[in-house]
Amino acid sequence: MFTLHIGPAFEALIDWLTDNFSGVFDLIRKVLLSGITGLEDILLFLPSLILIVIFALVAWKIAGRGVAAFTLLGFLLIVGMELWPQTMKTLALVMASALIALVLGIPLGIWAARNDMVEKFVRPVLDFMQTMPAFVYLIPAVLFFKLGKVPGAVATVIFSMPPAVRLTNLGIRQVPEDVVEAAKSFGSTPRQLLYKVQLPIATPTILAGVNQTIMLALSMVVISAMIGAGGLGSEVLKGITQLKIGLGFESGIAVVILAMILDRITQALGGTKSK
Amino acid sequence: MPKIEVKNIYKIFGSRPKSIFPHLEKGMSKDEILEKTGHTVGINNASFQVEQGETFVIMGLSGSGKSTLIRCLNRLIEPSAGEVLIDGENILETSYQELLKMRQRKLAMVFQRFALFPHRTIVKNVEYGLEIQGVEAQVRREKAYEVLELVGLKGYEESMPDQLSGGMQQRVGLARALATDPDVLLMDEAFSALDPLIKKEMQDELLELQAKMHKTIVFITHDLDEALKLGDRIAVMKDGKIVQIGTPEEILTDPANAYVKEFVQDVDRTKVITAATIMRKPDAVMSPKEGPRVAVRKMEEAGISSIYVTGKDKYLKGLVRIEDAVRLAKEGKDNLEEVIIKDIPTTAPDTPMVDLLPVAATTSYPIVVVSEDNKMLGIIVRVSVISGIIGRGD
Repeated sequence: MFTLHIGPAFEALIDWLTDNFSGVFDLIRKVLLSGITGLEDILLFLPSLILIVIFALVAWKIAGRGVAAFTLLGFLLIVGMELWPQTMKTLALVMASALIALVLGIPLGIWAARNDMVEKFVRPVLDFMQTMPAFVYLIPAVLFFKLGKVPGAVATVIFSMPPAVRLTNLGIRQVPEDVVEAAKSFGSTPRQLLYKVQLPIATPTILAGVNQTIMLALSMVVISAMIGAGGLGSEVLKGITQLKIGLGFESGIAVVILAMILDRITQALGGTKSK
Repeated sequence: MPKIEVKNIYKIFGSRPKSIFPHLEKGMSKDEILEKTGHTVGINNASFQVEQGETFVIMGLSGSGKSTLIRCLNRLIEPSAGEVLIDGENILETSYQELLKMRQRKLAMVFQRFALFPHRTIVKNVEYGLEIQGVEAQVRREKAYEVLELVGLKGYEESMPDQLSGGMQQRVGLARALATDPDVLLMDEAFSALDPLIKKEMQDELLELQAKMHKTIVFITHDLDEALKLGDRIAVMKDGKIVQIGTPEEILTDPANAYVKEFVQDVDRTKVITAATIMRKPDAVMSPKEGPRVAVRKMEEAGISSIYVTGKDKYLKGLVRIEDAVRLAKEGKDNLEEVIIKDIPTTAPDTPMVDLLPVAATTSYPIVVVSEDNKMLGIIVRVSVISGIIGRGD
């Protein structure tokens, strides 16, 4: 048999990138870091109870009474378990990463929907991004951005972006052909077609992508505690490494509560729009 | 100048459309070309003209290229070769900006599956074309209300499309197309997705609207009855080719080839074929100045038992039976007037056969076809009514 390792080539590529583009990476790192810590500071500046009430009100407005009650009780439990600061740190990282993933992913999805060549190129890249085990992103992320929140955010952006791209692409392509033809037959420009017809009709699907992106971001943020991103993930990690079953369980529950709240609220966002 | 003039349009789907023209010139069939080259011939050298105010129906089975053809008229599909002139301007050569203008102001389209915008209210659907043109909100809202009332949807302005029945949705589709006041309406199987009764209702309404609006309409259908009902002229398509263009009656009575013949076989001919088509020349006519003896002789020569009497310029006076003429001759009287039967069945030339049937069933004389000023144009004997129904010429 023969051996063929493509790993060393990848290593060389990463080395070359770190050697030649360290300035760029540093800049990205600084921008991201200030953004994430800024968000953290805001979330931790307000007393937890006030923030919980605000969250519950937002949940009420968007998703109704049940979700509001769940938000209130869930967050109170987290406060009770003394995991509030970690939860807010995780939330800040999720919000920052998901925002970046959406800002990059939705326009990319629109582009892919309007251009078959782009779609052809993007699709395998997305497959790669989604199926590569999430831990693998952590290695180059650390090499480029050192340890801490920033490589965590970068790995999260990469991991959570595919559904935003895919579902935006899908949503626009699913707009019935004759509806697109109708819009064109009245002399719509491509821009009018996009904003007046395709995007509004695709909105529920795109919001499903937003929801998926946020959920994936949350799961990746927890994993990226392994490279020092902090938050609830590091509590889970502590539970595992130090065999603290209670702590591991509590922080695991906190992640689930956060996930459910984010999920219900973003899902409701899609639902109300389509009504 | 015709409103729309299509000259030698081709549409070939595939990677190298131009390479197919030599094959077409050699007369290769659509199937052969598909098999040998993988290219689909959508339209093969179609030409026609549509006059201002005319309803032009393009009819054919699915796959005949009719939907492709109508999309070439507003360039939703780009023809591979040929010219499409609208008001004398070749739209295949205009810039993209001009094309958009043309679509905004001159051409509007109605779709088979309605193709309403599901996220917009009815009135906002109807407004769409005006919105694209940048018309002020207030003005376009008023216009939309007006058009919705015209198609009988007053009160549904703020509903969503999925709250309406199919027939109502297509009214919205029609209203949306009419809102921009286009010269040309392109209707792609517009009524094909509707229930038979609703379909008939919509056809009647379109005819009614058209009588007021005088738009130029290009109407696609696979339904012959619909084509015959709506079309001033009909083009029959097969395998991307136009095989015949003519008025409904021409298509029915004089099919260009076996394909058209087969197509028109099952049609309810009585609704389309008119008195003018099945009438024939009377065997004999006479003037009232001619006496009974002449009448008898003429009838004997022609082997008939009654003769029509016409005055100057074929003005119909009536009919004389042979027994009355013989009686007059025996009595030695010269004037026919007293025995002319004036109460005979007459009809106008554009009366459809379906309306002639009850008359033909009860009268013992042939039906006389007369013009508006009562001039005799021809007669219809019972046997021609029957042969007209079963579609055999004399």
